[in-house]
Amino acid sequence: MKRPITLNVNGVARTTEVEPRALLAHVLRDQLDLTGTHIGCDTSQCGACTVHLDGRAVKSCTVLAVQAEGRAITTIEGLTPKGGLHPLQRAFWEKHGLQCGFCTPGMIMTAADLLAHNPKPSEAEIRHALEGNLCRCTGYQNIVAAIQTAAAGR
Amino acid sequence: MIPTSFEYVRAKNLSDAFKLLGKHAKVIAGGHSLLPLLRFRLAQPDTLIDIGQLPQLKGIKKAGGGMKIGAATTYRELLESKELKALYPLIAEVTEHIGDLQVRNAGTIGGGLAHADPAADMPPVMLVLDAAFLLQSKAGKRTVSARKFFKGPFTTALKPNELLTEIQLPAPPKRTGMAYASFEQAASGYALAGAAALIAVANGMITRAELAFTGLADTPFLAPAAAKLVGTAGDELISQVAAAAVAGVEANDDIHANPVYRAHLATVAARRALTTALGRAR
Repeated sequence: MKRPITLNVNGVARTTEVEPRALLAHVLRDQLDLTGTHIGCDTSQCGACTVHLDGRAVKSCTVLAVQAEGRAITTIEGLTPKGGLHPLQRAFWEKHGLQCGFCTPGMIMTAADLLAHNPKPSEAEIRHALEGNLCRCTGYQNIVAAIQTAAAGR
Repeated sequence: MIPTSFEYVRAKNLSDAFKLLGKHAKVIAGGHSLLPLLRFRLAQPDTLIDIGQLPQLKGIKKAGGGMKIGAATTYRELLESKELKALYPLIAEVTEHIGDLQVRNAGTIGGGLAHADPAADMPPVMLVLDAAFLLQSKAGKRTVSARKFFKGPFTTALKPNELLTEIQLPAPPKRTGMAYASFEQAASGYALAGAAALIAVANGMITRAELAFTGLADTPFLAPAAAKLVGTAGDELISQVAAAAVAGVEANDDIHANPVYRAHLATVAARRALTTALGRAR
């Protein structure tokens, strides 16, 4: 049975109707048109669907939309300041931290959680933080470089 | 979308949750063990009871010489507790390698323990630390030793009307070293075989030795063979004890490791964990 829920997404209250079995990733994309959050594996492996819940990176394919009610959700769209790029987005651009770009929103959301709590991570700490984000193009090297660049620019 | 539908209720407090508990309900906190089961129709509850945001199930506090951890405390929150790390460095060490950053942000210690995956990393840690679990229901509360909690694959001492609400850790003995060693299945990160060890030393002699396995058999278990180390200096005996601890165990068989290989990995993990724990105790 569908029920109305109100989600606080990127600082805006959005009301929509969902079944309890609906996953947050699907509701964000299909009902709230926030398609920056990608779905790769749908089994909490790849990290493409990473969003922030109360400031912490989580895989939105493994969160029910009803679980997120009353909590602060941030998607890649919410990370971007109006008319500009977030420092991580700029660093991914500058360092060529993406090729096809499919994993990029998830990579950036995970990196944003890392840098918020550990502003100057070592390379090893960056790689450890990215364990739950898969990229099939870059070999990760330029992603790590981009995160280091963003950290250095803070 | 999860294939089968269910009702979702967010418990306002513990007694609210107790009222809804029963055979056709499942409890959800972080959901990172449960949602994969729902997705594959391995569980088809009528109702999900969400206890993940209940403040009375969160937090880490000192108690006597030990500590108490609320069941809905996330792995991330465990890692952020300096006090927990100082008293039980093994918990921090193991938690750092559970899942990945996002999974640790959502997953809870109580959820993982109640799920009782036979290859999970945390149960053997609870076994060597001799933790106790507080189980509560409408009828009251009881404390069950971790050593009597794990009954089989995904099976625990929890009754359908009970909730695991708190993990109680006794004070570790003085001059104690703890360690965990495991061989992970590369894709899932779950242990093909893993061993946790705790060793206490006084005047160069071992006064207490605990060893527990995960991934090896149908449930995590404590190996009595570790007691042979007590009263010795350890070193040469460790290999023998590691082998004795695994001997006779009916090891799991799956596509990743046959029983002979898995028993071998467990022996190596036990040797490494005991050796590291002893080194840290000295």
